[in-house]
Amino acid sequence: MPDISKLSIKSARAALHKRAFSARELTRVSLDAIEEQDNGVHAFLEVFDDALAQADEADRKIAGGVDLPLLGISVAIKDNMLMKGKRATAGSKILEGFVAPYDSTAVKKLKEAGAVIIGRTNMDEFAMGSSTENSAYGVTKNPHDLARVAGGTSGGSAAAVAADMVIVAVGSDTGGSIRQPAAFCGVVGLKPTYGRISRSGLIAYVSSFDQIGPLAKTVSDAETIYRTLKGQDSMDSTVISEHTYPINKKFSKTIGIPREFVESEGVGDTIKKNFLESIDKFKSLGYDVVDIELPSLKYALATYYIIMPAEASSNLARFDGVKYGFHKDGKDGIDDYFQTRGTGFGKEVRRRIILGTYVLSSGYYDEYYGKAVEARQLITNELKSIFEKVDLFLTPTTPNPAWKIGEKSQTPLEMYLEDIFTVHANISGCPAISIPSGMTGNLPLGIELTAGLGREDNLFAASKEFLGE
Amino acid sequence: MDKEKVLNLAKLARVELRDEEAESLSHEFDAILDYVGEVKRIAITDNQQLTTDNFSIRNVMREDTKPHKSGLFTNKILAQSPAREGDYIKVKKIL
Repeated sequence: MPDISKLSIKSARAALHKRAFSARELTRVSLDAIEEQDNGVHAFLEVFDDALAQADEADRKIAGGVDLPLLGISVAIKDNMLMKGKRATAGSKILEGFVAPYDSTAVKKLKEAGAVIIGRTNMDEFAMGSSTENSAYGVTKNPHDLARVAGGTSGGSAAAVAADMVIVAVGSDTGGSIRQPAAFCGVVGLKPTYGRISRSGLIAYVSSFDQIGPLAKTVSDAETIYRTLKGQDSMDSTVISEHTYPINKKFSKTIGIPREFVESEGVGDTIKKNFLESIDKFKSLGYDVVDIELPSLKYALATYYIIMPAEASSNLARFDGVKYGFHKDGKDGIDDYFQTRGTGFGKEVRRRIILGTYVLSSGYYDEYYGKAVEARQLITNELKSIFEKVDLFLTPTTPNPAWKIGEKSQTPLEMYLEDIFTVHANISGCPAISIPSGMTGNLPLGIELTAGLGREDNLFAASKEFLGE
Repeated sequence: MDKEKVLNLAKLARVELRDEEAESLSHEFDAILDYVGEVKRIAITDNQQLTTDNFSIRNVMREDTKPHKSGLFTNKILAQSPAREGDYIKVKKIL
């Protein structure tokens, strides 16, 4: 029987190709692992009842000599990606009962690549959170320590990979939602360049930040999923072409360290120690590691927490109890909206919608939103100029390892501060990857590499060397 | 921020909010706004720094052509609506 803990996409594809096991057997192992472990972990919101039928279809293709990058490989998708005929809730009660009428482009591409889409994974409601504690359907636990969070918002996808329920999973990243749970669960997580992967059929949260990406055990697997999903799409005009960001600088193994930023308040000692060890490892691999100044990064988190609720409040206006999903009757037409949205949205979502309404309201727009847009440009320009000097810059992915469930739920700001090292990539559109960098006790730690716009190739090169792939 | 202001914002956002929640949100917003207010301290002295030509943002347009056949997706879309009457979504009367 196949052992998922020892399989990569490449080795599983090779085994399927030479009939060492079938796609049905591989899918069966995934289903059994979910059955055995998911009562404790709660990575999945639903396992699709046609998973084995999809596997049989893959086996027929394999028998017919078809070769596709993901043929017969089971993949889990985050609950905010539409798959035709399947439920999708974005972790929210307000989408209870919603059945997707069409495939998201990401799902369509996974299907075309031969993947067996096994189920949908848990997430913070509408991708708002940092721990998957905000899901309307229960908390996802960290497979390394069930008393701790898996991270978020793609916590279900990260936990499913870490617990060897699937070889790879797909998530989305608005402010760190792929990279942070990847770090907490000890897996690889990539947020590609803004616009790299079509978001048609992805439930919108912050349209100028959202990006789909892979969670995997190896950088090579993440790269395979990335290559499968990327590319222009007539259904999403924000997708970039191969020419949008021309590659005009060769990879020279130079990594910048924004020392002052890494020393920010609230960064734990174990993280700092692991970070210094990671720097040494890059040096021993022949990398030129230089200190850099990125003074505007100290505004990144504040900028993020203004632009994010502003766009969220606009995007979530579509949930009205009229077109689809949950409906709660009020005393008249307008009260239907109040009742539906007051009951259908969870606490954090209500908080962010109202905060977004505030920063966009007349009298405060210039003071908050206007300033945040300026800060965003400043940060973007600063990152652009730094990538003329270095190929990548390195930070920890998170200021602390996975926290205990409930530990940071008392004040919202406390949890927001945990996003300090990830939001710059979404603000600037730059690609960034989190890779495992060691353990503290039984808890995984992660480091994050950020590259210039369009330079995922640099992320892959350095990450593979770091992990010895 | 006081509770009344939060309730007014909730009204604008069409979100029903209980008094206690508005009260606790008002304190949370004070803390959050105090933190995000940091952006007000950025000094934009050099206007050139804010040119957007390296942001690669531009409009992408297409010709408005080749509409699909009328009614092709009507049933699929209406099937998701909480209330339906024939080929229409049903809502309460407005006037």
